[in-house]
Amino acid sequence: MAKPQLTMGPVLFHWSAEQKRDFWFRVADEAPVDVAYLGEVICSKRTPFFDSHLPEVAERLIAGGKKVVWVTMAEVLSKLDRNTVSGMIVLEGAEIEANDSSALSRLSGRPHRIGQYFNVYNELAMEHLARNGACHFTLPVELPAGSFSTLAATAHKLGAGMEVQIFGRVGLALSARCYHARAHGRTKDNCLFVCENDPDGMDLKTHSGAPFLSINGIQTLSHRFLNLSREVGELKEIGVTAFRLSPHSCDMIAVSRLYRELLDERVTADETDNRLVELGVRQPMMNGFFHAKPGFERVAAHASGE
Amino acid sequence: MNETFAKPELVCPAGTPAALRTAVDAGADAVYCGLANETNARNFAGLNFTPQALEQSIAYAHDRGAKVLLAVNSFATSPRAQLWFDAVDLAARLRADAVIVADIGVASYAVSRYPGLRLHLSVQAGASSPEAIRYYCEEFGISRVVLPRILTVPEIDAIHREIPCEIEAFVFGNIGMMAEGRCSLTNYVTGVSTNMNGVCSPASDVRYVEHSDGSTAATLGDFEIDCYAAEEKTGYPTICKGRYMRPGREEPYYAFEEPVSLNLSALLPDLVRAGVSALKIEGRQRSRSYVHSVVSAYRRAVDDVAAGRTPDLSTLAMLTEGGKQTQGAYATKKWR
Repeated sequence: MAKPQLTMGPVLFHWSAEQKRDFWFRVADEAPVDVAYLGEVICSKRTPFFDSHLPEVAERLIAGGKKVVWVTMAEVLSKLDRNTVSGMIVLEGAEIEANDSSALSRLSGRPHRIGQYFNVYNELAMEHLARNGACHFTLPVELPAGSFSTLAATAHKLGAGMEVQIFGRVGLALSARCYHARAHGRTKDNCLFVCENDPDGMDLKTHSGAPFLSINGIQTLSHRFLNLSREVGELKEIGVTAFRLSPHSCDMIAVSRLYRELLDERVTADETDNRLVELGVRQPMMNGFFHAKPGFERVAAHASGE
Repeated sequence: MNETFAKPELVCPAGTPAALRTAVDAGADAVYCGLANETNARNFAGLNFTPQALEQSIAYAHDRGAKVLLAVNSFATSPRAQLWFDAVDLAARLRADAVIVADIGVASYAVSRYPGLRLHLSVQAGASSPEAIRYYCEEFGISRVVLPRILTVPEIDAIHREIPCEIEAFVFGNIGMMAEGRCSLTNYVTGVSTNMNGVCSPASDVRYVEHSDGSTAATLGDFEIDCYAAEEKTGYPTICKGRYMRPGREEPYYAFEEPVSLNLSALLPDLVRAGVSALKIEGRQRSRSYVHSVVSAYRRAVDDVAAGRTPDLSTLAMLTEGGKQTQGAYATKKWR
């Protein structure tokens, strides 16, 4: 069996261009990841800030031995959204991860990836997409273990890669409305980029003060961070080929080193969890979806999924 | 108003066979419904159709010149995907007039087994751009797209010019804030999924808790979705309609949307002009009397608009959620 890959997902949040550039430079130079996903997934209004840095970032990542994959937006609505997606697709020789059906017709016949925002829940969907050139699938975050194993078998049969997010806040919903703008009495068109103040999202609490969700523009994320340290062994066993970290403002280089050691079985899940606490990653973390339980839950001992 | 229009199809909801008959009798051109299982996005206890009831209902509708559209619009989930394919088989066998699909696997199954079966693209597929809609048309021969409730009328008009299929648009009823088919909030809180199980904020996880100050909390699973002061009317704890606090704003606010209903009666002529050929009323979970009132009112309104008369829809306002209504995204981009 090939060595499981570790990947760095796209930066979901509106970090400043300098922060983003420095983040990817450090990933290029120091992080033991095999693949880096570049591009804006959430809001096309953010793209002009970082577009000019993309070539140097991609170059540095490639020099660092990483494969660069370009992501398309999760929701495509406005003219700017549509242009952002088309601009990405015409990049010569670039491997694209499609996160919305608008990218798919133009990728047909060319090898491409399917991202976690595109709904693939069954083998027929996987087979259909593979016939048009899809060669790697990152599955929706809400799937339970039982679905992963059937889909992994199909991916294997198709010669396709299969990826699962194992760390970071989880995207739960998308909307046409920008909730960051709404929180500040603005609208999407006159948002003044208020999302730049929340490097990991804007937290929402319930009336009783319980942390609940997190807002990133049009996206609603889990408040808790996903951590599948205890499930990685089973995921490897059923044939998942790549494991995704979703970037946050914590020390992602340390996080990536830790999960690399976990994948290589040089640390245990317990040690991984303890070190995540030491690194200041927000606790408690979640793994419920995998176990067919409410997603936010932390299932302590190993319990089999659906 | 002198302008006359091609008459759009009025597409009405039915959660039960009785509601279906009511909708047909009240003037629906087409009725949409789902099976009593996870294969559709309104999988609520006590709702929906057995295969036998569906067969009888299709006969009832067809005898009166109305169509029946079967929603198989949740996402076929491995390893249980056969349940969704069985629903497509049933629709074909009972000669439903179309199947409303969202999942690529279900669409792929339908088109390979039943090339003559008419397919509508569900709002759950979230196809919101011409490229996305064309993808489904090219891959699966989709005849009609149900547009997400996030577009303005001018945007619908622009999309209409760029796609090869009919457009169906929601005009009345409940309005969810999240992109359909892309929301796992319910699963995050309750462990059952909107996409995989067809369930949103299930009643079995809802609790109302009275506090000593007279306020009432509406909770879903472990989370308080809203809390109502003694004098406030309590609502149902749908996650995207709750009130929450954010840093720097300790007063809970509607972070996503207030509980309002969509009512586009005033925009009907604009929608038809923009190329909408079917008008959809939400509400498979609603009572027969609700279906009767809304369908009758919209029947008159569509006929009035088609004949160039100004429709009177004052009765509809009373049927909206909490009496509050909105034109949502359709009227202005400022909604976003």
